[in-house]
Amino acid sequence: MANWKKIGGGVAIVAVIAAAGAGLWAWNSLNTAASDVADGTTRLADFKSTDVEAIKRGEYVMRLGDCSACHTRESGSFAGGYDMKTPFGTLVSSNITPDPETGIGNMTERDFFNSVRQGIGQHGFLYPAMPYTAYRKLTDQDMHDLWAYMSTIEPVKNDIDENAGMPFPFNIRLAMAGWNTLFFDNSGFEQDAVKDAVLNRGKYIVDGPGHCAACHTPRNPLGAEIGSSYLQGGNIGKWFAPDLTANPHVGLGTSTAQDIANYLRTGSDGTAVAAGPMAEAVEHSTQYFTEADALAVDTYLKSLPASSTPAAVAMPSDTPAMQKAALAYEVNCSACHGLEGEGIEGMVPAFKSNHGLLAGDATNLIHAMLRGARAPHTHDRQTAAGMPAFDWKMNDRQVADILNYVRNSWGNAAPAVEADEVGRLRAYLGAGNKMETP
Amino acid sequence: MTIERPKADVVICGLGWSGSVMAEELTRAGLNVVAIERGAWRDTSTDFPPAVDPDELRWHTRRELLQPMSVETTTFRNRMDQTAAPVRNWSAYQFGWNVGGAGTHWAGMSWRFTPWDFEIATQTRERYGAAKGDGMLLQDWGVTYKDMEPYYDRFERIAGTSGIAGNINGEIKPGGNPFEGPRSRDYPTPPLKDTFWMREFREASDRMGYNPFTIPAGNISQAFVNPLGVTMGPCTYCGFCDFHGCGNFSKSSPQACILPALMRRPNFTLLTETEVLHAVKHDDGKTAKGVKFITKEGVEGFQPADIVVITAYQMDNVRLMLLSGIGEQYDPVTGKGTIGRNYTYQTCGTVNGFFPDKYTNPFIGGGALAVQIDDFNGDNFDHSGLDFIGGAGIMGYSTNGRPIQNMNNLRPGSKRWGSAWKEAYARDYNQGAGIFIQGTSMPVRDAYLDLDPDYRDRHGQPLLRLTFDWNQNDKNMLKYTVDRSVEIMREAGGQDIVVDNQAEHSWNPYMQHSSHTIGGAVMGADPTTSAVNPFLQSWDVHNVFVVGASAFPMNGGYNPTVTVGALAVRAAQAIHQTYVNNPGPLVKG
Repeated sequence: MANWKKIGGGVAIVAVIAAAGAGLWAWNSLNTAASDVADGTTRLADFKSTDVEAIKRGEYVMRLGDCSACHTRESGSFAGGYDMKTPFGTLVSSNITPDPETGIGNMTERDFFNSVRQGIGQHGFLYPAMPYTAYRKLTDQDMHDLWAYMSTIEPVKNDIDENAGMPFPFNIRLAMAGWNTLFFDNSGFEQDAVKDAVLNRGKYIVDGPGHCAACHTPRNPLGAEIGSSYLQGGNIGKWFAPDLTANPHVGLGTSTAQDIANYLRTGSDGTAVAAGPMAEAVEHSTQYFTEADALAVDTYLKSLPASSTPAAVAMPSDTPAMQKAALAYEVNCSACHGLEGEGIEGMVPAFKSNHGLLAGDATNLIHAMLRGARAPHTHDRQTAAGMPAFDWKMNDRQVADILNYVRNSWGNAAPAVEADEVGRLRAYLGAGNKMETP
Repeated sequence: MTIERPKADVVICGLGWSGSVMAEELTRAGLNVVAIERGAWRDTSTDFPPAVDPDELRWHTRRELLQPMSVETTTFRNRMDQTAAPVRNWSAYQFGWNVGGAGTHWAGMSWRFTPWDFEIATQTRERYGAAKGDGMLLQDWGVTYKDMEPYYDRFERIAGTSGIAGNINGEIKPGGNPFEGPRSRDYPTPPLKDTFWMREFREASDRMGYNPFTIPAGNISQAFVNPLGVTMGPCTYCGFCDFHGCGNFSKSSPQACILPALMRRPNFTLLTETEVLHAVKHDDGKTAKGVKFITKEGVEGFQPADIVVITAYQMDNVRLMLLSGIGEQYDPVTGKGTIGRNYTYQTCGTVNGFFPDKYTNPFIGGGALAVQIDDFNGDNFDHSGLDFIGGAGIMGYSTNGRPIQNMNNLRPGSKRWGSAWKEAYARDYNQGAGIFIQGTSMPVRDAYLDLDPDYRDRHGQPLLRLTFDWNQNDKNMLKYTVDRSVEIMREAGGQDIVVDNQAEHSWNPYMQHSSHTIGGAVMGADPTTSAVNPFLQSWDVHNVFVVGASAFPMNGGYNPTVTVGALAVRAAQAIHQTYVNNPGPLVKG
């Protein structure tokens, strides 16, 4: 879910810094005093919490933190094995069950705190694919509860070599120390005394366990989040994480608090439907949010300054390309998305007034057209409808034209999608080409 | 090598409508369920995506959603003194061949049966005297319409059925079917819209004093969220429903209604491309201990279970009972035995007409897009002076305008080849319209199912043998209802009328208007005339339940699906509410 390319690039540079051996390993970023509150004697394998309430709270912290999205795959709950392909090699998520040999059974609670909140693991530094930069904000209480919950997980033997697929120099974990020196803020969550409790709770979820900014904030060339563009939308390679500020054109400016709560808790606000990595986040994490927490997220997001992205000027609808695309839309899209772009509530995204799809970056729409997509499966919305792929049916120009039509019809306005953008993503996603016809 | 699987609470043999409904109910009640389906996984967005134009040649002409003949066929004969031969092309029988079963490729006509159907023996005797049923094996179902109403309601809610109520709690509603059994509430979604022909049929039959109504449809009219939290999409009237999968989540089917919820339940396991060979009984023969199966690779295995639910196609339900030795084979000579008894079909005809200077626009279609009158269905009219019981639904239908299928639907005398045929098709395609007469089918002594003595399937197990021809009652019924239909076609202005009364010739499985093959493991309150009790539990082996149209003791003038679904809900609830707590016969025989 992070921007692999940029993180990878950053790692490359930082590796050089680290290799230079500069004594800059700033004591601050490595200072583990925050973990002193945790027990340093009992191993997870020897511990089984009986505190029912703490276990329950810990499970909720796990949901807030979306741990299972990466750590639960075919091998079993929390047994790891999720291949995260980056341009610089493959990282594999670790086994975090209490198995002493292949999991984290040998960790004490203090080791666990160091791992989760500071990226200092049992085999050395963690890669920032593990969002410890955000988890650093987790409170001691939440961490104690999470520890209690982890003790109830069934141990699974599943040996994983997390960075075996990372070639030199990216396989040097020590390099992350350099990255941490530059970018890791080793401070916990601070309540803002001026703001009310709901807003503080929202900020805690967004910046801490929810690690929203990992995707929704753009990153600099060293792979660190750009503070001035905080939550204003970020390209994460195959997908685009939209602007979460109150911008009325491309952000959440026209969404009600209930819209946002519904989106988090069901995967749809009635207009948009989550897909791609957000669908995973909804399935594994946000659908479990309490209504109060989901509304708190809204309160916090709405308190942020809206991004300054201006309204786009709608493309003219009377061009031949647009009129051809209107027919193509009716033939290919309208069965599910509706003749007026109205979609099917909670199941198929509407296009009309779907602001998340109107950003300058049209990666999500291009991706869905080329590779298809699938909605999340949630307790309230069971369908998890699929969008079929059109890579075999449309060339880059046709995809661009049809997207320009949906982004500039029914009151929508968005910058033009160019055919070469579609072409680049077609190659990057490994999508097929339009079928040759005689 | 054989596979011994971990024991399940329930094993379900066949994951079509019945299997999906059963699995959904039983897993929701907390039971651990394994379903075994011999076809492959099929999913809306990957197997029937709207990105691909509906392929009539593949799905309708070549019938690729139907089980291949190489896997299993049946043998058939009209009379007991004949030697049965294998059926070599599917027409009347439409075995499903995938997850979703025939529920994936059905048209979507979503009827309830009438109160009369369920009590056919009693009501016929009371209204006309016992002699009226002579020559037929009339028997009540062991449930009444009133018993069934809550289960009909539940299944319609799962399926999202579109329609207009004609009778809510005894109050007759304008625009609906005044003859239907009382419903507890309206349909989940409103009726579909009229096409040109539906409007003409509606107005003509209304002028004649009949009671036209839009039929209940599984091609749903608007988006709907069912009680399982699954959303369906609105029908686009594309007309590629029967024999096709639906790409826009609009056709009531296991894919669109149940599987999205069911597949994610941790207590549900599905084995695809795996065929159940037969159930295996314990040594005492009183209960089953599981089912024997074979994988696509030819590896045999055993699935132990406390409860065996047989939910295959109607014919395979009967065949699996016979192959498993559950119950006694029916003998038409002695009348003894129950398995194979009361085989019925559907007695159908069509009346086509042509409307010069009009555009019928048949490409606006839906599998269940039709207006019907029930004035001559079931026992809705007085049979005192008539030489039959039962009747037919008479519908003006707009199911499809598929170009290959309709190319023979031409004015009489048209050439059937060459440029003259092409001209005729160009002229008639957009002027033709049809009435479908879907009639009841009554059980008789010599219409039955048994195992063929000669022919076997690829695993060496005997094929099912069908012995069937039209009986006199049904022939008389169809003649009467076809005549009424011709009158309606004339009133509507149809010219060059073409009548096809299927019962005028001996039955054969190749040129048929119906796929509704019924009975053979029928339900009832009397164990000497029924294979299963009113909860679809085998009278002989109490942990085996047999669910499907195999349970109907006769066929009504309707499509069977919704009644199958309702019976499945009822059987499943009986299992998890009663049977699991106290395993044994749910009804005293």
